[in-house]
Amino acid sequence: MSSLTDAPEAPVAHRQIPDRLDNPLRSALLSWETLLLVVAMVIFIVNSFASPYFLNAWSLSDLTFNFTEKALIALAMALLIISGEIDLSVASIIALASTLMGLAVQYGADTPTLVGIGVGTGLVCGAFNGILVTGLKLPSIVVTIGTMSLFRGLSFIILGDGVFKGYPPGFAFFGQGYVSWVISFEFALFLAAAAVYHGVLHSTNFGRRIFAIGNNQVAAQFSGVRVGRIKFVLFCLTGLMSGIAAVLLTSRLGSTRPSIAQGWELEVITMVVLGGVSILGGAGSISGVVIAAFIMGLVTFGLGLLNVPGIVMSIFIGALLILVIALPIVYRMVRRR
Amino acid sequence: MKTLMKYREIWLVVAILALAVGVSFRSPGFIQPKSLANIFNDTSILIMLALGQMVVILTRSIDLSMAANLALCGMVVALLNVAFPGIPVPLLLLAAAALGTALGAVNGALVWRLDIPPIVVTLGTLTIYRGMIYVIAGGSWVNAHQMTEAFKAVPRTELFGITLLSWFAIAVVAVFFVLMTRAPLGRSFYATGINPTAATYAGIDVGRTRFIAFCVAGMVSGLSGYLWIARYAVAYVDVAGGFELNIIAACVIGGVSIAGGIGTVAGAMLGALFLGVVNNALPVIGISPFWQMAISGTAILLAVIFNSRGERRRGRIILKRAEVL
Repeated sequence: MSSLTDAPEAPVAHRQIPDRLDNPLRSALLSWETLLLVVAMVIFIVNSFASPYFLNAWSLSDLTFNFTEKALIALAMALLIISGEIDLSVASIIALASTLMGLAVQYGADTPTLVGIGVGTGLVCGAFNGILVTGLKLPSIVVTIGTMSLFRGLSFIILGDGVFKGYPPGFAFFGQGYVSWVISFEFALFLAAAAVYHGVLHSTNFGRRIFAIGNNQVAAQFSGVRVGRIKFVLFCLTGLMSGIAAVLLTSRLGSTRPSIAQGWELEVITMVVLGGVSILGGAGSISGVVIAAFIMGLVTFGLGLLNVPGIVMSIFIGALLILVIALPIVYRMVRRR
Repeated sequence: MKTLMKYREIWLVVAILALAVGVSFRSPGFIQPKSLANIFNDTSILIMLALGQMVVILTRSIDLSMAANLALCGMVVALLNVAFPGIPVPLLLLAAAALGTALGAVNGALVWRLDIPPIVVTLGTLTIYRGMIYVIAGGSWVNAHQMTEAFKAVPRTELFGITLLSWFAIAVVAVFFVLMTRAPLGRSFYATGINPTAATYAGIDVGRTRFIAFCVAGMVSGLSGYLWIARYAVAYVDVAGGFELNIIAACVIGGVSIAGGIGTVAGAMLGALFLGVVNNALPVIGISPFWQMAISGTAILLAVIFNSRGERRRGRIILKRAEVL
C-alpha cells in the first residue's frame, strides 16, 4: 500500500521499494517453506542419530501412519482457514462416522457400504456445519464448538461405554494395506490428495477465490465471488476428508469407541498453522501444510522410538507451534529496530 | 441495547426455571432447596471459569488453555501438599492463584508482545501445560490418602447451609460484578472488544488490556485448580480434560458474543448454571448421562442462533485481527 504512494519520491537508501506488489509476499512464503524444510531435515537427521531403528524403510513406512489421517483433514482445513473460517468439529465427525460404520456392521453391512457410510456421514456433517455458518451467518468457531459436542455426543448416545468390533476382513485394507512395497494405501491416498489440493488451491479460479475471500470478504463479494457458496463447499470438503479419515482410522484400529480421535482437531489445526497458513485467513500453501505434516510425524515418531511418552511429545508439538509462529515475528521486530 | 441484554438474561432465567420445574414433575425432590444448593455447588467451578473466559472473550480473544492451566495448578498444589504437609491451605490457595496468573500472563504476553492470534497461542500452551503436569508428577496420580485432611476439607466446609466452594463462586461473581460495572478496567475490557481503534484513541492500551484479561483468566483457573483437586481429592494428568469447551459453551449460552465486547457477568453465570442444571437433571429423569454431550452441543447451537438474532453479526469473527492502529 505505502509503496504506491511513496513511489514517486526519492527512495530511502536502505529501503528498497519493490516495483511489483506480490514479490515480497511470494519470497516470504518461499522462505517459510524453506524454513520448514530445514526444520524437517534437522529433525530427520537428529532422529537417525538418536535411534538405530529409525533409518529403515519399514520404520519410515510406519512413521507415515502417524500423521496421514490427520494430514488428509489438514489439507481441507487449510483451504477453510485460508477462507477465514475454522472447523473444530473434525475429530467429532470422525467419531460419529466411525460409530455409524460400526452400527452398520452390526446389521451385516459389507465393505463398500461401510466406506459409503463413513464418507457420507462426513459429507453430511460438513454440510450441516456449512449451512449453519453460511446460511444462518453464524461465527464458525462457535458453531463448530457446538457441533463438536453434538457429533461426538451422538456417538456417545449410540455407543455409551461400549465398543463396535467385527469389521469385515476386506475392510482392513484401507488402514493396514500396502499399495506396493512399503507404500501404504493411506500414504498413497495422502500423496494423491495433496497433489489434487495443491492444484485446486494454487492453479484454479476456485483457489484464487478462496484467497480473495480470506483477504477481504466484502471486496470478494463485490467482485462477484459467491462467498457463501464457496465457504459451504469448503465445509463440505472438510467434512468429506474427515469421513475419509474416519474410514482409514477405523480400518486401522479395527474397532470403534466414542472417544476415538479425541483431541485431533487441535493437532490438525496445529499442522495447518505450522504449515504457514495464516490463522487470520488469506495466506498459505498446500506444500507448507504437507511439510508440516511430515514434521509432526517425524517428531512424534522419533520421540516414540526414544520411549518418550505421548503426553511429553505434546509439549514439543505445542512449543513447536508457538516457536515457529513467533520466530519470524521476533526476527521482524529485531530487524525493525 | 441494555433492554436487549436484560431480555436475553430473563430468557435464560426462564429457561433454567422451566427446566427445573419440568424435571420436578418427574422427581419432586429436584427443586428442594438442598438439591438446588447441590446443583449450585456442582456448578461453582464452571461459573468462576466462565467469568474468567468472558473477560478474555470480551477483548476479542479466546483462552483454550484454561482447563490445562487449572489441572497444572491443581497438580502443583497437590504435590506441595504431599511434600510439605505443614504449609497452611490459604497459602496453597495463594500459590495456586499466583501460578495460574503467571501461566495466564504467558498467554497474555505472547498475544500482547508478539501479536500472535490468541487461538494459536492458547492452543500451543494448552498442550504444553498438559504435558508439564505429566513431567512434574512423573505420570503418577496424587490420591486422596496422600493429601492432608485440611487440604481436602476446604471446599466441603459448610457455612450458613452452603459449602465454602459455593461461597467462593459467590465471592468471585461479586468481585467480577463490581469489576465489570464499576471499575475503569472493566469498562476498558468492553471498549477493547467493541472497537479497538476507538479504544486506542480513548487512551486505552488495547494490548495491555488483553494481557490483563489473560492474567485474570489465569488467576481464576489457578484458584479453581486448587478447588477442583481438593473437592475431588485426586490429581492426575487428565483432570478437567476437554473442560475448556464447557467453559466456552457456558459463555456462549450466557450471551457472551464471540466477536467481543458483548456479555455480562449475570449472563455468563446463568449460562454456566444452565449447563449445571441440565447435567444434574439427566440422571434424575432417567436419561443416560451419555446424552449430556449431545444436549450441551445442541444448547450451544441454539444459543448462538438465538444470540445472532439480537446481535446481527456486527463486525468480525474472533479469528480476525482487531484493527489496532
